This record gives sequence, C-alpha cells and structure tokens, in this order.
Amino acid sequence: MEKETCTFSYCQKPPVVEVETDFLIIGGGMAACGAAFEAVRWANPKKIRVTMVDKAATDRSGAVAMGLSAINTYMGGNKVEDYVRYVRNDLMGIIREDLVYDLGRHVDDSVHQFEKWGLPIWKKGDDGFSLDGFQARDAGKPLLADCKSDEEREKLVVRSGKWQIMINGESYKVIVAEAAKKALELNRQVTGVPQNHFERVFIVKLLMDKNKDNTVAGAIGFSVRENKVYVFKAKAILLAAGGAVNVFRPRSVGEGMGRTWFPVWNAGSGYAMGALVGAELVQMENRFVPARFKDGYGPVGAWFLFFKAKATDALRDDYCANQEYIAEAKKKYGKYVDAMGTAIRNHFMMEAMIRGRGPILMWTNEAMAEISKLMIEKLGEKEGMKKVKHLEAEAWEDFLDMTIGQAGMWAANNIEPDKVPSEIIPSEPYLLGSHAGCAGFWVSGPGDIPNTPAHWSWGYNRMSTVNGLFMAGDTVGGSGHKFSSGSHAEGRIAGKAAIAYILDHMDFQPTPRENIDELVAEIYLPFEVYEKYKTYTTSPHHINVNPYFIKPDQFQKRLMKIADEYFGGVTTWFKTSATLIQEGLRRLQLLKEDANRLAASNLHELLRCWENYHRVIAAEAHARSILFREETRYPGYYYRADKDFIDDDNWKCFTIAKYDAEKDEWTLRKEPYVQIFP
Amino acid sequence: MPSYVITEKCDGCKAQDKTACQYICPHDLMTLDREKMKAYNQEPEQCWECYNCVKICPQQAIEVRGYADYIPLGGSVYPMRGSDSIMWTIKFRNGVIKRFKFPIRLTPEGSIDPYAGLPEPDYSKIKQPGFFNYEAKKA
Repeated sequence: MEKETCTFSYCQKPPVVEVETDFLIIGGGMAACGAAFEAVRWANPKKIRVTMVDKAATDRSGAVAMGLSAINTYMGGNKVEDYVRYVRNDLMGIIREDLVYDLGRHVDDSVHQFEKWGLPIWKKGDDGFSLDGFQARDAGKPLLADCKSDEEREKLVVRSGKWQIMINGESYKVIVAEAAKKALELNRQVTGVPQNHFERVFIVKLLMDKNKDNTVAGAIGFSVRENKVYVFKAKAILLAAGGAVNVFRPRSVGEGMGRTWFPVWNAGSGYAMGALVGAELVQMENRFVPARFKDGYGPVGAWFLFFKAKATDALRDDYCANQEYIAEAKKKYGKYVDAMGTAIRNHFMMEAMIRGRGPILMWTNEAMAEISKLMIEKLGEKEGMKKVKHLEAEAWEDFLDMTIGQAGMWAANNIEPDKVPSEIIPSEPYLLGSHAGCAGFWVSGPGDIPNTPAHWSWGYNRMSTVNGLFMAGDTVGGSGHKFSSGSHAEGRIAGKAAIAYILDHMDFQPTPRENIDELVAEIYLPFEVYEKYKTYTTSPHHINVNPYFIKPDQFQKRLMKIADEYFGGVTTWFKTSATLIQEGLRRLQLLKEDANRLAASNLHELLRCWENYHRVIAAEAHARSILFREETRYPGYYYRADKDFIDDDNWKCFTIAKYDAEKDEWTLRKEPYVQIFP
Repeated sequence: MPSYVITEKCDGCKAQDKTACQYICPHDLMTLDREKMKAYNQEPEQCWECYNCVKICPQQAIEVRGYADYIPLGGSVYPMRGSDSIMWTIKFRNGVIKRFKFPIRLTPEGSIDPYAGLPEPDYSKIKQPGFFNYEAKKA
C-alpha cells in the first residue's frame, strides 16, 4: 500500500508550543506524583525546573484513579529481605533483587506521608477489632509517622495479608495528587516559569539529543483539548506512563471491553516510547492474568486474606490441593509448584475448568457465616451483630473503593455475598511492572547492595540504558509487587536520582535531533488521512467503512484478535508456541504498516490512534520475548505449548529485548540471574 | 458499566469554568455537545466505570447503566461524595437496598502542605539511599 504523509493539505497545521524544563515527568499516576514530591524538594534550592505532563487530570489519573481499599506494600515490622523472598517466589524465581530490596527499604515513608496528607488508614482498636480512619482518629490512635518504632506501627495497622494494610481509599489518588501539585507549584514559584503542570497533553514520542550519543533531550505530544502540539526539552525525563491494557482481547468484547481489571487507559505508552528510542526492556514475556470475580473484576485479595474465604471448583474440590493436578504439574514445573505462587494457582484453577468442573466459586457466604459465628460467640448476640454489620460494610467497601462495577454486577444479579458464593475466573493478560507482574525496562540499580553484579548499576538509580531517561512504577522491569505505595516510592527514588543526574550535567543543552516539523506532521497524520478520504464512501462518522483508512477502535480490535489467538490469550487458554507467535508477528507487522492509515475525526480519536500504536509496540515486545524464552516460565499466565516445562538450567535468566526503530529490528539476549538474598 | 447523562438534569456546566465530567474523565470519554449544551459519553466501550464523572457532576446528572454484555437491568449503584466521606446507595434488581458510608479523607481538601515539618535536603546524600526526609531501612 502506498504510504501516506501529512502535508497539511486536508487538515490544519497546529501551532507548536515549546516548553523548556530540566526534569520532565511523563505521566501523572502514583510514580509520577512521587517523583514530583521528591524531586521538587531537591530541585528548589538549585532552581532546577520540574514539569509534569499528564494525558488526563492528575486528581484522577493512572491506575489509582478509582481509589483503592488497601495499600499492598507496607513493611511495618516485617523484614525487607523477606519482602524480596516473597516477590521472588511469586514471580517464579527471576527478579532484580537489588531493585526489589531498594524499594522495600524506602516504601514505608510514602505511606506515612499519605496518612499525614489525609488518607484514612485503618487501625486496630483496643478490643482487637478494626477501626476505620474516622474511628481510629476519634479513638486517639496515632499517625504511623508519629509512632516510635516499626513494632509499634505493626501492632497498629490492620493487615489483610503479611504486606497489605487496609485503608479508606476512595480519595487516595486525589490526596496524593494534591501533594504533588502543591510541590510543583512551589517549584514554579521558585523557578519563575509560567506553567509546569500540563493536563490533557498526551506525549507520544521521546526526542533524542543531536550532540550527545544515546541521550534523551525531550518529548513531543499533543493537547487533547485544542489543536496544539507540545515540544518539551529536558535534561532528564521520567517515563512513568503505565503498563498495557486491552492489548489482548478481553473476556467481554462488546460494551464491556473497557471493564478491564487494570485501567483501560494504560495503553502501553510507557513501554512503546522507551522502546522506540532503544532503551532495553526486561522480562517483557511476563504478564499478569489476575483471577478475579468474573465479569466485574472485583478484588479477591481481601476476601481470601482478610475474610478467609475459600475457593473451590463447582464440585467443591479445592483445586489447589488436588493431588492429580499437583503431580502432573510437578513433572513440568518442578519445585515451583510447591511455592504455589499466583501463576500456579491460576494453573490449577484452569485444570479444574478444563475438566468440566467449573465454574470456580468463592464461598463468600461461608466465610461471612464463620466470622459472624465467632463474633457472636465472643461478644454476645447484640454486640456481635453490630460487628457483623460493620464487617458487611467493610466487605462492600472493598469493591466500592476500587471496583465499583462489581457492586453493580452483584446488585443486578441479586447476589448478596454474605448469602451466596460468587464466581471467579482467570481474566485476560495484562502487561505491567507494578502489580503482580514484572514487565518493564532494564534499569540501573542503587549500587550499594552487596553481591549485586557491578554492571547492574551504571551511575543513577532507575535510569534506563538511555542516558537521562529514568523509569518508575510499571516501566521498571524485573521487580513487581510494588503496587501503589511502591510505585510512589519508586517515583521518589527515580526523581531524586534524576536531580542528581541533572546536577552532574548542568551545562547540558538538550537539542532534539529530530526534525520537529516532520514529527508534527506525523502526529497529525490521522487527521490528514481522515479528512482526505472521509467523503469517498457514504459511511457516516460512526460507521466508517472505508478502504483507505482504519479507525482507532477498528485497529485496536485487530490487535486484540492477533494477540488473543496467536500470543496466548483467553481463547487458547493462554497457550501459544513458536509457530503460532511467528504467524502472529507476520500479522502484527501488517498492522504496524497499517498504522500509517489510522484516521481520526477529532482529538479524542487522535488520542486513541496514538494509544493503539503504543499498544502494538508493547505487544510486539511481549510476543518476541515469549518466542525467545524457550520454556514456560509462568504457567497459569502463559504456556509455550511446544516447550511446556520450566528449564532452570538454560532459562533461569533475564531476557532483555532492544528495538532498533530505524531498522525495525528487535534483538534479544540473556542476562544471567543473580540471587542476592539467600 | 458505562456512564450516561440524564438529559433533563445536565446543564452543560454553563455556570462553571469547565465541564466537570469532561475535566475529570481519565480516558477523555465525557464530552460536551455544544449545540445541545449537554454532556455525553463518546466511547462507552472504553469506559472503566471509575465513577469519577458521576462523583463530580454538580447536577447529579450522571449515572451508570451496567454493561450490556453481561449485566441484567434493574440494579444501580450511586454515590454522594462529600468533603470527608462518601455515601453509597446500592439498589438490587429485586428491590433490596443497601446504604454504606465511608471516610474518604481526614484533612480539608486543599490543605496539604507537602513539606511541612520536613527537613531540607542534604546534597551530600543525593547519591545515597534514602529520601530527603527519610533514611532507608537497614538490613
């Protein structure tokens, strides 16, 4: 097909706004807000400019936009080394232990700041029962920051699991954003710049420096509110643009396509933008397939850990204790079966399902009955029932804080979880580095942790293999289980390191080597294509059957179908193989070429065009890494059906992927895994 | 479970400096029909049902209807978000109603002073572990 170019013959050329800054934060989620908070404190005395650019409104952007009912990473009285062991266990033995340890030793301070800013954290009452944020305050319970020791903090918090603490988190992101915005405003006043917080500006590409090799110099994107392109020049950049959702076809393919577990607006922009400038990626074969309440995607963590609910197949067999499944799995996956991580539990759930023993049920009703019985025994009928009522509210809050749709799902189906069990199911694959996955970039470590290979730390903590380009949250690979608090803390680690980098490079004048006019034309190409061809057919705007272009939603569905059928999605029970991936990559290549024919009729569609282009790059990194790793490292998340075993002798290593955008070539290599903590 | 806007209630935020739902939607879905001066969800299949448009709407004109893919009609979940707490009303298809109220924050909105009581940074430690105010935990 003939290649389209934008000469602004059909659409209007947008004005270009140039913004000079020193530290540019791309993204507005937990990691980005953490970076702003920490970096500004180091930047202000030196008059270093810090700028945040967010494609949404920072109050409600990123993965915490809806809120959360728990903070999943809080050390308290636990040992940081044990946190490393837990993450290693859940991620099938391959993690960057230096990064995970570094995160664990920092994370608690972010939680303490959240509470000082106003986040209600549950506390244990004197009677041993939990108090919500208001009750805890009224009972005179101290803030975590004001406790004298970690032992005291550990006694105070309400744990739902070893690492998790319960919160009233509807406004979690609003609170964290307010602190970040206030910090940015202080920086704006000190540096005298007119604006340093941009909302509704979607960055689509990074810019590289003309004079310094392999060094980032800025970023380019567009306003989704007015016809304007933005060029930011910066000495250092944090790429905190989240993971990738809706790459794989989800279980609901109609109106419910957006009711994903992870936020649907996480479009792989973080992975794509770094990959396009040649930053090395790690563990991109990793994915997370969360087992959640079916369709509504309500969280199961609190039900399993806090309310002690059990899950079985429909015939009441505890699938995780089924000796037949275990024996079969051990032959293929060896000792990893005993560790019973999240992936393996998914595997056993599917073993039951494929034997016709579904649906899988979580016995929420029995858990509630058990707890009620205990309460009444302990406190008597009246007081006991009061506690039971409080407990019911707690169970509902778990959903209303973070997955409101699950409450709607239950209400519409007349399901009261204290009366009937609910269905759970492994959902669809997600690419991320912050939750229970570890796909992301290969970054420099802290450098001070004994027994870490020296070449894992090349100067600045969380800097990628591109100079000046930092990562945090979903974009740091090889270290999952950060969750919201860990992403904030990692943003702070990266923000601080970025300021150290800037202080060492104060004379650097970032000068993008790319031709800005050409990039502006490329960014607006979907407008040009649409306007050029839109009258060729009679299709109205919302139907769009046209042989000359593809609309972003159509493009996305094509990507999802490829990913689902060839890269191991829902329809193949997460199974793929070398030959399937190769065919999928052939189709993906054609899709990549057709990105040149993406068409947008308004700024929202332009956003969706670029998001989906990012998704394609993320999908390709994922597929090529699965192809490269000739084993099934994550059974339950994906299976190489042609290599259905774990092969520690050959594959207990990191897989590193690098993209050369000019040549359109990927290179993959192994990096030995090193265990740092026994 | 995409959001929808009730025609009679939406006033297009005429009296406000911006259209509230359009401002807050994390995925840029809420948009204003300038002719009718009414907001609508322009791409329901990309809606995460995060309820931020519902919570922010000054006219209470936005609600959510369960995804056509799998949710029977007749239930509803509706929040009233105040300055320090949120009240939820859950209506079941069979008419059962549940109400819950939860805290959302302990400080007044806009009152955060991010560095209050925290030390100035020590630049001799900028390449060491720890934050400007916090020493990293030791093994």
